[in-house]
Amino acid sequence: MSLLGDVARWFADPEHWQGPHGIPVRILEHLELSGLAVAVALVIAAPIALYLGHTGRGGFIAINVANIGRALPSLALLALGLVVAISLGLGLGFWPTMFALVPLAIPPIMTNVYVAVREVDRDIVDAARGMGFSDGEILRKIEIPLGLPLMLAGIRTAAVNVVATATLGALVAGGALGRFIVDGLALREFDQLVAGAILVALLAIVTELTFAGLERASRTPGMVAIR
Amino acid sequence: MTPGEPLIRWDWIGSHIGEIAFRVGEHLELTVIAIVVGLVIAGGLTFVGLRVPRLYPPISWFSGTLYTIPSLALFSVLVPYTGLTLLTAEIGLVSYTLLILIRNIAAGIHSVPVEVRDAARGMGYTPRQILVRIELPLALGVIFAGIRVATITTIGLVTVTALIGQGGLGYFILLGIQLFFSTPLIIGALGSVALAVVADGALVLIQRTLTPWTRVR
Amino acid sequence: MPRCHAGAMAERRGATVELREVTRRYGDTVAVDHLSLTIPAGRICVLIGPSGCGKTTSLRMVNRLIEPTSGEILIDGQNILKEDPTQLRRRIGYVIQQVGLFPHQTIGENVATVPKLLGWPEQRIRARVDELLSLIGFDPARMRDRYPSQLSGGERQRVGVARALAAEPPLMLMDEPFGAVDPIVRERLQNEFLQLHNTLAITVIFVTHDIDEAIKLGDRVAIMRSGKLVQYAPPGELLARPADDFVAQFVGSDRGLKRLSLLTVGGVELDPADPSRLDGAPVLKPSTTLRDALAAMLSSEAQVGVVKDGDRYLGVLTLSTIGKMLRSGTDG
Repeated sequence: MSLLGDVARWFADPEHWQGPHGIPVRILEHLELSGLAVAVALVIAAPIALYLGHTGRGGFIAINVANIGRALPSLALLALGLVVAISLGLGLGFWPTMFALVPLAIPPIMTNVYVAVREVDRDIVDAARGMGFSDGEILRKIEIPLGLPLMLAGIRTAAVNVVATATLGALVAGGALGRFIVDGLALREFDQLVAGAILVALLAIVTELTFAGLERASRTPGMVAIR
Repeated sequence: MTPGEPLIRWDWIGSHIGEIAFRVGEHLELTVIAIVVGLVIAGGLTFVGLRVPRLYPPISWFSGTLYTIPSLALFSVLVPYTGLTLLTAEIGLVSYTLLILIRNIAAGIHSVPVEVRDAARGMGYTPRQILVRIELPLALGVIFAGIRVATITTIGLVTVTALIGQGGLGYFILLGIQLFFSTPLIIGALGSVALAVVADGALVLIQRTLTPWTRVR
Repeated sequence: MPRCHAGAMAERRGATVELREVTRRYGDTVAVDHLSLTIPAGRICVLIGPSGCGKTTSLRMVNRLIEPTSGEILIDGQNILKEDPTQLRRRIGYVIQQVGLFPHQTIGENVATVPKLLGWPEQRIRARVDELLSLIGFDPARMRDRYPSQLSGGERQRVGVARALAAEPPLMLMDEPFGAVDPIVRERLQNEFLQLHNTLAITVIFVTHDIDEAIKLGDRVAIMRSGKLVQYAPPGELLARPADDFVAQFVGSDRGLKRLSLLTVGGVELDPADPSRLDGAPVLKPSTTLRDALAAMLSSEAQVGVVKDGDRYLGVLTLSTIGKMLRSGTDG
């Protein structure tokens, strides 16, 4: 088909691989944006979730945050992020996208970290406490290691959602891989459009697989027996 | 949308009420079509996957991969072939419902406790009667949970279809971005969130009516 | 609690069940090995044995949830292997340990299951459901619209039995039905079940791993081991004359005492001693089991029991009489 041919030619064009608008730069921008958003979300959500999970309080909040998070359309978040950024005088591009991505990443992380800690067998925690572990030690040496697979699953969901939504950042003058798609749509340049789409899809799939691998790795042999 | 300018211009809302209503209707239409078609396809695929267990992993993998692909990317790939049409939007939207619905339909069927099946068989139900009178009703609860999640997700994704000429309330978001005008933007954003919340609430009510035994404790 | 016996029963509405050389193989393993036994109409036959002995497999072959590899099973003389299994199961009551009440149906709908499958008229079904709910001790108006999740374990068990009896089957299969509840509830359920059986007189095949339950409930007890039938006899005989060491060990080294719980004070010879000498002696009734009598007598200094029927003095029970019953090996 000629479209695929066009796309192939687009990829083959060395100009598209160089300079500040080239593929590598865009990929890097995308990764930076996504990575930063997930990191910030982790820093915000994980401590709260760990605390709630360990003490067993506030489960209602943790679970319902997930439900709310699902109801937030990514484009709407981006729009609201834009409004906030402009009101704060922070301009376009980076900040509106951040304001959209971080709230997107928080719910899966919060819910999964909370549930992961809660699901650790209470008997194990009880035995540890009886042996003289402090709360911090229980968290660090028992609850987090045992809960790691589920936590990583939450981070994975967050990461994949963020990578997907970061694409929309191009709508508010952001860069990253979304640029190819948005420009391609605007200019009717379908080769650029599809190429951008392929790149974004590949990045999302790679993110998913990477975290799936990490998740598998965090399941040490002994844990499988417990679960 | 400059600092100092009011965030919401109520007069604009007033003069555009008709259009807002239209877009809400469009949003709902896009969502309902996606869910119904998604249910039919997911139902069929799950049925196949249950009858021929070997096919279940590939079916699951396929719908999972579709789900991972960012929505804008999926819509973009379709545009050159199916244009900026309702069909393009629906193909994308339906694809995103598949993973959730397949997973929930399968989990629903499997959620029937083994002793309930044993008692049913031992009392003289035929296999078909067990499926229709026991497994499906009990599965309904789990399936409906999946419909809820799929509906909310779809409502969110419909906003993205604004970029390919559809859009529902996403139309206003895009308008706001392009015109640098906060009022339609906020209408679109908060409107789609509100729509999702209302839809979820309505579905919960329907679920409670369909599965009265989950209500009582 | 002593058993009621044949004379007190209503007309028997049970079916006779006969197993002839019934065998079930799984590859090289033989789960049930040429099992042959006959259960007379209206009797409770208990299948008991260690885990893996084949008792549950045997039970499930009677309603063909498991198909025998060879052998025949006859109900009222008819070979059930020639019948359609679904139709067969609608004639047999089936109660399992976890009950398996349908969570999405009300109690009333659960109980009405088999009558509905058989196409009974609406009115008859409704009447039957209310009748059964009352029979198991519930107020039909309050119970029939509730859901299983709202009931306690013991209540669910009783509903399970009611559900099995709904279509008036001549035969009922029960697989450890009282195993999942606590001992106090279990004892109550066993007593209620016995009373129910006195009224209904249907044939029951009952699987358990609890020897005390077997002795309490069974008219006949079949002890199985590794798929084979080791002994099939009334409980008294099982306790008095165990067929081999395995059975002796299985029934427990206190089988003598267990036998005493099958016999009552009213059934033994009493001494016509002078009641005035007997301060501090426990007062026994004719319906007291010898085991309870023994316990009471040993704890008192008098070491005898005064037997009275209401106010009427009947005589004195001595330890030596009890000892004689223990040694005699005769059935009560």
